[in-house]
Amino acid sequence: MEVLIYLVPMALLLGLTGLAAFMWSLKDGQYDDVQGAAVRVLSDDDIRK
Amino acid sequence: MAETLDLSIYVKRQDDGTAHLDLAIEGIDCAACIDEIEGGLCQLPGVVEARLNYTNHRLAVEWRDGELSPAAVVEELQRLGYRAHPFQSRLLEEEETRRAKWLLKCLAVAGFASMNIMLLAVSVWSGNVTDITPETRDFFHWLAALIALPAVAYAGQPFFQSAMGALRNGRTNMDVPIVIGILLALGMSVVETINSAEHTYFDSVIMLLFFLLCGRYLDQAMRRKTRTVAGNLASYRAEVAHKIEGNGEVVLVPTAALKAGDRVLVRPGERVAVDGVVVSGSSEIDESLVTGETAHRAVRAESQVYAGSMNYNGTLTLRVTAAGKGTLLDEVERLLENAAAAKSRYVQLADRVARIYAPIVHTAAALTAMAWIAVGASVHDALITAISVLIITCPCALALAVPVVQVVASGALFRAGVFLNAGDAFERLAKVDTIVFDKTGTLTLPTMSVVNAADLEPALLQAASRLALSSHHPLAAAVAKMAQDRRPYDDVVEEPGQGVRAIVDSIEMRLGSPVFCCAEGMAKEAAASDPTASVIAFSWGDRRIILLVRQALRPDAVAVVTDLRRRGFDCRILSGDRPEAVAPIAAALGIEMWRGGCKPAEKIEALEALKADGHKVLMVGDGLNDAPALAAAHVSLSPISAADLTQAQADAVFLGDRLKPVQETIEISRRAHSLMRQNLGVALVYNVIAVPLAFFGYVTPLVAALAMSGSSTLVTLNALRARGRSPVLAPAEPATPADPLPASQGA
Repeated sequence: MEVLIYLVPMALLLGLTGLAAFMWSLKDGQYDDVQGAAVRVLSDDDIRK
Repeated sequence: MAETLDLSIYVKRQDDGTAHLDLAIEGIDCAACIDEIEGGLCQLPGVVEARLNYTNHRLAVEWRDGELSPAAVVEELQRLGYRAHPFQSRLLEEEETRRAKWLLKCLAVAGFASMNIMLLAVSVWSGNVTDITPETRDFFHWLAALIALPAVAYAGQPFFQSAMGALRNGRTNMDVPIVIGILLALGMSVVETINSAEHTYFDSVIMLLFFLLCGRYLDQAMRRKTRTVAGNLASYRAEVAHKIEGNGEVVLVPTAALKAGDRVLVRPGERVAVDGVVVSGSSEIDESLVTGETAHRAVRAESQVYAGSMNYNGTLTLRVTAAGKGTLLDEVERLLENAAAAKSRYVQLADRVARIYAPIVHTAAALTAMAWIAVGASVHDALITAISVLIITCPCALALAVPVVQVVASGALFRAGVFLNAGDAFERLAKVDTIVFDKTGTLTLPTMSVVNAADLEPALLQAASRLALSSHHPLAAAVAKMAQDRRPYDDVVEEPGQGVRAIVDSIEMRLGSPVFCCAEGMAKEAAASDPTASVIAFSWGDRRIILLVRQALRPDAVAVVTDLRRRGFDCRILSGDRPEAVAPIAAALGIEMWRGGCKPAEKIEALEALKADGHKVLMVGDGLNDAPALAAAHVSLSPISAADLTQAQADAVFLGDRLKPVQETIEISRRAHSLMRQNLGVALVYNVIAVPLAFFGYVTPLVAALAMSGSSTLVTLNALRARGRSPVLAPAEPATPADPLPASQGA
């Protein structure tokens, strides 16, 4: 069971990474316009220029 | 465009030499609008960025300062087919946005913690019945404590703050037992971890927080959505005024740019956009949206006029007075203060439950400890059992019972075109048995319309309405609404104070006063048949018709009021208008109890009298004079056309020309209220089962986790039923005033 010493902190670290990613996306304003984000992905503005 | 609006007060200049403007956009209906608006604006010279928020229909434009005028942006949008209104974000809305973000952060932390702790807890539970070593279990418990303590300290803040706030004011609310439960469970778990015991409750605590935060966040999100739409609507309505500059030049500015002391020009047919004192000029003004009075008032120099009045026949120069000045406003404000103070005494259903719930639960826990000690258990065991009673009764389902229903029901109201200002309005709306309507602008439409259109020859009516398109008179606007062909005639001449005339197919056409159209005889007859209406005449060659114009009833007013009365609601009218004008409306609606000529204070007196008789009154009103009555009533509604001050007092605001939302609001609220009580019942049944189990010491962390998530899920699923629509005309249960509180709330 010594393997737990590595595995549990690793699991925690993974979880914390997810949490940090969420916090970053929240701060970045990615939830300010959720409906817009859903439809913007379909627009081809990247090939307009 | 003859005049351009000066938008400079809405433009924010930034340090990097760019200017920023926020606009609320009307007319966005599909995803293609995003490209059209952003692409179109980016082609304007100087525009750096245009970003449309598709969720709340707001556009942020940035351009290099000096290269573009803000009006050009609005004009370009107009050309693209969208109406843009400068938007100033309100403090309240920003505050809500910040709070929503904070709740989401707390929710994320609680979610992260509950998943990781559950991972550890499930291992311990399964290990306890198999072969986990005490060392591994202790290690897991310590890890769980390491995660739970900081997570609760962070994610529990909304509850700690709310509970502290309530305690500081000498009250209790639902958050007080929650916080006590959380802290005791955490403390006990830490002690048990130090003692390397078998059971800890870290998982229950953090899961409880997660569920409760979900409820809080949803509640917040719903309210924020409503606020956003309301904010957009407010900016759509934002009015403009002709300001007279120091050099005598007249510029069109948004009313937000006006300061006290500025001078404003109001032409005939324009709505007065600000409160002010007449400096020069004389006219008749229609104050029906302010006082309910439909007869016009003559104003001259030194007269006070209020925003929302319609200027009829003379040009006025006003001096803007500071907001809240003037005899009517002073009286309204004073009455408002008193009424609002009286209203804050209402205690919400959930808080009433909490008041009874907390002492009972805490007594039960104390009794448990004493009983265990009495039968010879150790103090440690007795305390553990007592605390487990507190944990299992920690009112998770109870705290969710009311807010989840509120979220779902306000969503249903939102779809029906009703915006809720106060979350607890459901409870108050559900108890209503008397409905008091204001007349002008509430039962009637806020704008004028032709009432005898059905009796007139269609061809003549169409010609008259097309001619009316060229007139600036407010009454003509009502006639112009009837025009199917929206192209005005060529070469129309407006005779000030008389009417408009034009030569069409070499025959002269006239619209205006009966004298102007040589139709005095007909006008007298028509006026006798409907003394409250204004008379307009129309002549085309030698054919003449008389149009009667007044504020007509909302299209479904008769049906809605009849239906409400059939269901046993006591409907009444309290109007600020003359009794002669109220009587026909009351007769048409079949309302026997009505009063005209009420001053704001008299409306409040009438409401107080009803209240004293034990009635629960819903007040529906729109005028500035109704604001105190709205605040004094048990619960209140106002149409979106209402004065700002009045809307702020109403518990809910409804959209559109119909009165139907009033009926729907009551229906949805009743359903919501019965679901709230059902939910409280579910929470009670859960407690009835759980408390004896905890009392006898059968509650393990596993049982606590199952019971808590089970009851919370049940309550949430039940709340979803508030979405469904019951058939509208089904015979509803008779309005039973003052339902006794269900006994279920006691435990």
